[in-house]
Amino acid sequence: MVDIAASTKGDLKLSNLTKAFGDFKAVDDLSLVIPEGSFFALLGPSGCGKTTTLRMIAGLEEPTSGKIAIGNTDITYAKPYSRPVNTVFQNYALFPHLTIFENVAFGLRRRGIKDVTEAVTKVLALVELGHLAQRKPVQLSGGQQQRIAVARAIVNRPALLLLDEPLGALDLKLRRQMQIELKWIQTEVGLTFVHVTHDQEEAMTMADTIAVMNEGRIEQMGTPVELYEAPRTVFVANFLGQSNLVKGKVVGNEGSDLQVSVHGNKINVPASRNFAKDNSEKSVLIGIRPEKISIEHAEPNSLGGGVITDISFVGVSTQFQIQMPWGQELSVFEQNDGGASHLQKGDTVTLSWKPSFTFALDGTSDVDAGTSVNPDEL
Amino acid sequence: MAHVTVTAKRSNIVRGIKRPSTPYLLLLPGLAWLAFFFIFPLINLAGTSTQTPTDSGEIGSYIQTFRFANYIDAISGARDQFARSIVYALIATLLALAISYPLAYAIAFKSGKWKNLLLVLVVAPFFTSFLLRTIAWKQILGNEGPVVTVLRWLHLLSPQSGLTASAFAVVTGMTYNFLPFMTLPLYASLERIDPRTLEAAGDLYANAITTFRKVTFPLSLPGVVAGTLLTFIPAAGDYINATLLGNPKTKMIGNVIESRFFEIVDYPTAAALSFLLMAAILILVMVYVRRAGTDELV
Repeated sequence: MVDIAASTKGDLKLSNLTKAFGDFKAVDDLSLVIPEGSFFALLGPSGCGKTTTLRMIAGLEEPTSGKIAIGNTDITYAKPYSRPVNTVFQNYALFPHLTIFENVAFGLRRRGIKDVTEAVTKVLALVELGHLAQRKPVQLSGGQQQRIAVARAIVNRPALLLLDEPLGALDLKLRRQMQIELKWIQTEVGLTFVHVTHDQEEAMTMADTIAVMNEGRIEQMGTPVELYEAPRTVFVANFLGQSNLVKGKVVGNEGSDLQVSVHGNKINVPASRNFAKDNSEKSVLIGIRPEKISIEHAEPNSLGGGVITDISFVGVSTQFQIQMPWGQELSVFEQNDGGASHLQKGDTVTLSWKPSFTFALDGTSDVDAGTSVNPDEL
Repeated sequence: MAHVTVTAKRSNIVRGIKRPSTPYLLLLPGLAWLAFFFIFPLINLAGTSTQTPTDSGEIGSYIQTFRFANYIDAISGARDQFARSIVYALIATLLALAISYPLAYAIAFKSGKWKNLLLVLVVAPFFTSFLLRTIAWKQILGNEGPVVTVLRWLHLLSPQSGLTASAFAVVTGMTYNFLPFMTLPLYASLERIDPRTLEAAGDLYANAITTFRKVTFPLSLPGVVAGTLLTFIPAAGDYINATLLGNPKTKMIGNVIESRFFEIVDYPTAAALSFLLMAAILILVMVYVRRAGTDELV
């Protein structure tokens, strides 16, 4: 049984994977391919099914239907201990009765490897904790335990390393540092990492590819840049960073651009960035990221008559809340390069931006999807 | 940093007026209890153990002569019972461990919503007296009882023989009576194990048996040590089970001490035997705890 571990290599393929708890579908007909050697993130709010997906890959949960394969080997119903998969658990789950050395050696010893010293020493050096080999887990700090949990998993050279909210228990500064470190370790060992998180910044920092999950399905999959610059659903637009979404009506075409009337203003959207499901549907949501909007410079797309209701200074930028004539509040981030420093609360301003930054989404969707689902991130 | 240190020091000074005395005051009732009901009787007993009968020959009248040879006399007269106590207590402890471990494991990991009810059931025997329970056990094992009837029907027991008044009855009685003392600490230590460490073991190529051997059992060792001690110590000194379920050949050291005290009125021998039992248990326990190395855990 354990032989699978040594020989299985290749892409991870999930096909029509479904997990139902009673009537509730935690994971709903999920299909995706994670290429060998990539750093992949499953991103979504709590309850979106990302952890259940991970547990099915690890073998800790049995799928209701569907298939899980690594390369050509079907592992859907394989026991956890016979899979070429190792997990870094959310709370690390180190063995409290064993030394750090024995914790790391655990997997190797179970596979009948006699001489573990070299491998363990090497991996402990990789996470820079070789000097703590003879300590017990309780004697280590949270960040150190986290690195041991990673070492304990990667020492086995699994085809796949699963990370379940691995940085959730760390404070912000340590989390940033560990993000960089994990990314570095992944490049160093060249294993496939599948990382589950609700923290969009964490996913964007580390992953090559992100799948945004919502209600048991994948909303959108792509590189961090693709997801951020061209979100295809309202959920993704709001969950990854912030978006201004304004209702409009498609009125025609201008060259390769779609023309949308937004409360009387003509807004151009490149046809390639029109993600509204059905073009015959005249109603769309046009979207623009707050940092793409300029208050000072005139650009082709503009909305006038906004009144500044709030200004907050956050170091690199200043964030403005602007109430539009139709009552909606939009956000604008201006670089603190002196240009917008004279603006004050109550000033009337015009917001403008390049058409190429605009995107259009399905006009029937809920504008607030993905905004307030993530209270623990705040 | 400097600021923090200063504040910390100041608050120490402020609170310092009350602080040192409070813990001692809280300890006082317990210490007083120990002094009156443990240390004082112990010294008294130690004194009694080296006394000899008075010249008058009156029964129960003894005088302090510091005769330490009392100890040698005592043990040479009760060597068999002494050895039997240790052996019976060991067997009962091992049986209780074998029965309790799966029970505690099931309650800790598999019982779901029945957990509290099962725990109440484990403790339920304590609602009746130790004596009554042992008498009930005598009836269960009695010649008209269900166990003997079934065994005779299966021809595993001849029609002439029974189960009571035997070493078997004494050991099973002790096992039964001390079972909760084994189950509760085992449950407590198993319940504390994070199920995710067990998942982690599975994730790291350990099958169910290896996970138990390498993770679950080592993590439950504090419970095993506590449970075996709580069973072995009272079992070694017990005489109720031997009295009600045994025969003259199953007498334990507790029976000897009891009869020396209350029937023969030979206080010095009874006191000497009590001390010897205490010393034996203490030595055994110390060796055991050292070997088990539980201080490494937790």
